[in-house]
Amino acid sequence: MYIIIALVALVFIVLTGVVISRLQGVLKSINKTDSEEVVTTGNKFNGAMFIVILIGGAISITWSYLHAREFFLPEASSIHGRRTDDLFWFSMGILTIPFIIVNFLVFFFAWKYQYKKGHRATFYPDNHKLELVWTIIPAIVMALLVFTGWKAWSDITAEAPRDAEVIEITGKQFNWIARYGGVDNNKLGDYNYKLIDAQNEVGIDLSDENSFDDFTNPSEMHIPVGRPVLLKIRARDVLHSVFIPHMRVKMDAVPGMPTKFWFVPDKTTADMRAETGNPKFDYEIACTEVCGQGHFSMKMRLIVDDEATYKKWVSEQATFLSTYPEYLAKVPENLKAKAMKYVPAEAAAPAADSSATSAGGAGASSSLR
Amino acid sequence: MSAIEGLETAHHHADEHDHHHEAQSFWQKYIFCEDHKVIAKQYLITGILWAVIGITMSVIFRIQLGLPDSNLSWLKPVLGGWISDAGKLDPNFYLALVTMHGTIMVFFVLTAGLSGTFSNFLIPLQIGARDMASGFMNMLSYWFFFLASVIMFASLFLQQGPAAGGWVIYPPLSALPQAHPGSGMGMTLWLASMAFFIVSQLLGGINYITTVINLRTRGMSFDRLPLTIWSFLITAVLGLISFPVLLSSVLLLIFDRHFGTSFYLSDIYINGEALPNVGGSPILFQHLFWFLGHPEVYIVLLPALGITSEVIATNSRKPIFGYRAMIASMLGIAFLAFIVWAHHMFVTGMNPFLGSVFMFLTLIIAVPSAVKGFNYITTLWKGNIVFTPGMLFSIGLVSLFVSGGLTGIILGNSALDIQLHDTYFVVAHFHLVMGAASAFGLFAGVYHWFPKMFGRMMNTSLGQAHFWMTFIGIYLVFIPMHYVGIAGFPRRYYQFTSYDFTHKFMDMNMFISIAAIFTFLAQFIFLWNFFYSIFKGRRAPQNPWRSNTLEWTAPVIPGHGNWEGEIPAVYRWSYDYSKPGAKEDFIPQNIPYSQTPESNFPHENELIATEKVIESQNFNDQFKTHH
Repeated sequence: MYIIIALVALVFIVLTGVVISRLQGVLKSINKTDSEEVVTTGNKFNGAMFIVILIGGAISITWSYLHAREFFLPEASSIHGRRTDDLFWFSMGILTIPFIIVNFLVFFFAWKYQYKKGHRATFYPDNHKLELVWTIIPAIVMALLVFTGWKAWSDITAEAPRDAEVIEITGKQFNWIARYGGVDNNKLGDYNYKLIDAQNEVGIDLSDENSFDDFTNPSEMHIPVGRPVLLKIRARDVLHSVFIPHMRVKMDAVPGMPTKFWFVPDKTTADMRAETGNPKFDYEIACTEVCGQGHFSMKMRLIVDDEATYKKWVSEQATFLSTYPEYLAKVPENLKAKAMKYVPAEAAAPAADSSATSAGGAGASSSLR
Repeated sequence: MSAIEGLETAHHHADEHDHHHEAQSFWQKYIFCEDHKVIAKQYLITGILWAVIGITMSVIFRIQLGLPDSNLSWLKPVLGGWISDAGKLDPNFYLALVTMHGTIMVFFVLTAGLSGTFSNFLIPLQIGARDMASGFMNMLSYWFFFLASVIMFASLFLQQGPAAGGWVIYPPLSALPQAHPGSGMGMTLWLASMAFFIVSQLLGGINYITTVINLRTRGMSFDRLPLTIWSFLITAVLGLISFPVLLSSVLLLIFDRHFGTSFYLSDIYINGEALPNVGGSPILFQHLFWFLGHPEVYIVLLPALGITSEVIATNSRKPIFGYRAMIASMLGIAFLAFIVWAHHMFVTGMNPFLGSVFMFLTLIIAVPSAVKGFNYITTLWKGNIVFTPGMLFSIGLVSLFVSGGLTGIILGNSALDIQLHDTYFVVAHFHLVMGAASAFGLFAGVYHWFPKMFGRMMNTSLGQAHFWMTFIGIYLVFIPMHYVGIAGFPRRYYQFTSYDFTHKFMDMNMFISIAAIFTFLAQFIFLWNFFYSIFKGRRAPQNPWRSNTLEWTAPVIPGHGNWEGEIPAVYRWSYDYSKPGAKEDFIPQNIPYSQTPESNFPHENELIATEKVIESQNFNDQFKTHH
């Protein structure tokens, strides 16, 4: 870090020196009279500066890139992520060529063709062949990049495979809430934003029998490794955006318009801990659409388990109804029997005939947590 | 010297033709003035003031990002309650700073400050007109901009802070006062200010278009227009088509905020309350916003490219390479600008098929942009380059435009955008290609036309020092920012300590911040040079850069009506630099071919016959039709 600051300081000092020396030139030239001649103050110096920038820039960019590499994200932990990464570095590689050519030509020409007294520029107003060349070559390169990108994009955004593990993630100010299809039927129940309250944070609709075994988690999300995971993404209040940097996943969460993104994670958290040599490594879910004061800290832990651990974890989770048995009151009469299965026996009796907000129900739920 | 001869020809044609204008009062002359030159200066000075505010804001949030441990108590006298007792920036105010920096720089500095200044100043002078088609509308345009400025400036002083949902003000955040303090009165004022700003842009744009089409002087056919004028014309057309769309999106947002409509709102539960709004779509706003927002990028950039074309040709002492290709590529860019907007929305949940279409269209833009880049380079080739400050900034622009534009090819690729969207990679990309490049165009224009505006020269050496510090500074800020983006850092984050994946790389962020402060300080060289030279600069000769365009045939300080006597006629394009056989290395546009037999090409000799016709025309002189 100190090296960098020292470098910046050096640049400062050099430039300050340059300014002072230029200023002396200014003071000298103040008394000069106007002339019809071309004014070429500092032409040699400026020409040389372009070469300095060219060499200095090439060195700094190479060095800084090599230095920065260790801070880049580790290899993607999802199949599509490695594909887009490869595509990214491939495109960057291709684009580095025009980057170097253009900047070299601009700076080199600026230095080489600087003003010389008595010299005259070449009158060269157009050349259709040249224009054609640099219209067609970029067009061909673009076509190549577009095609590879388009293939990747259509595969990534294709319909999720049928066996995908479906998990719902809802953004709110300022955290994420994951909801799972449940311990038994593995189907997400309906929801309705008007049913949201302090406990039912994602508006689970308990008139749908698929909701009975749903469970939610406001702090971490578990996913199985090696098979497709389909995130159904919602927002409760304002726009958010699900960003899982290590998986190369990003999709906005939009109030009133559910979105989705599916991917195949293929490295468990344990794998990554071994690979990075960091025993504390964790996947993280962040928000990338500005959503208010807490935007910068909408963190959710993401844990990628192997299949067995994941199954075990799911089976151990308490369903929403068992956590808040008072919500049994919202289940239609004809489905009550089915719902009772997910409510602990001792809580079921008082909850069934009391309202959702009764003190008894709330007490029971807190004791069960 | 042929330039002088040309002027004499112009005088020769001038009949005795006096104007009697009553002396104008101070108010008419400097405040509610209808003279395009004064209005241009008003735009320029207002733009510079806004730039100082906007850039200062960026420095404050860069300190927060790069030097998070620093104690900001010294800002308390200015920012008051926004700095906590522990000397920390308030997170809400951080968002307000980011938002206002974006709004100010995009709209008030690079749209009004750039187009407003140079379209106003150069269109009449370069096409040979007495003034704009409607001086009154032109004056209104500036004063609507001023009103917008006052409202936006006032919003900075609100207790709850100015608008703070990002410069793109996506609803529902911007629509719901309960979602964020900045979405209250601050957003109301933002919307009001933008509405007036759009009115100002439309009044200006209509005027620019009308003037270019109707008031060109004798002989100034479209294929003799300098590229600056082409770029201003195309920019004005872009603005005229796209700004009304922004107005409509702003109006609908105002309805949602104040009249309970649901254009952008649906299924929202906030602060313990389910809102009744259903059926709206936040995505609709994004479509409307970016339908302006993307052309806006080119509204900002095209004038800079136009200015650069003129400055590079003049100071390379060479004709611009591929004049027609330059016009064609500008037209191509302008057309494509309207059909690529949704590349800002690849991961908003928009139908992926739409994403593919927009990816194709977006990447096509690289082709006309590449043509422009290569044409600039070929213009430099075998030139005789004079490094005036304007020229340095133009060369810098070409480098920044290409370096920043190339990463656009990455971001326009929807598959790659998944990871990079809303990270610092995007920030680095657009700051180089539209922010810095356009700012360089603005600087190039100011340095180049300062002598015509104020009749004095800016200090060359200071200008060169300013260029090098800014140019190096800009690259020091934005090249490392790409790395931060590749590392996955999201933008608009108050601090990076909440996540493990961003809780590193601190020295790079510190480096960026220090480089930003350095670049910021370098701008004071410009400010001093600019204001000092207005009053004390060396007196400018009539044509200091030995340039071909018409404005340099006008008096050093052009009066009302720009030319004394008749408006000069135009006989050739504006890029006859270093013509083989010519005495001087430039031949101004008002020199007839009949006076330069030594340098004429065969097809130009044929044009001599048409000169009589051109000379005898006298359309478009507003003074003559008035009297």
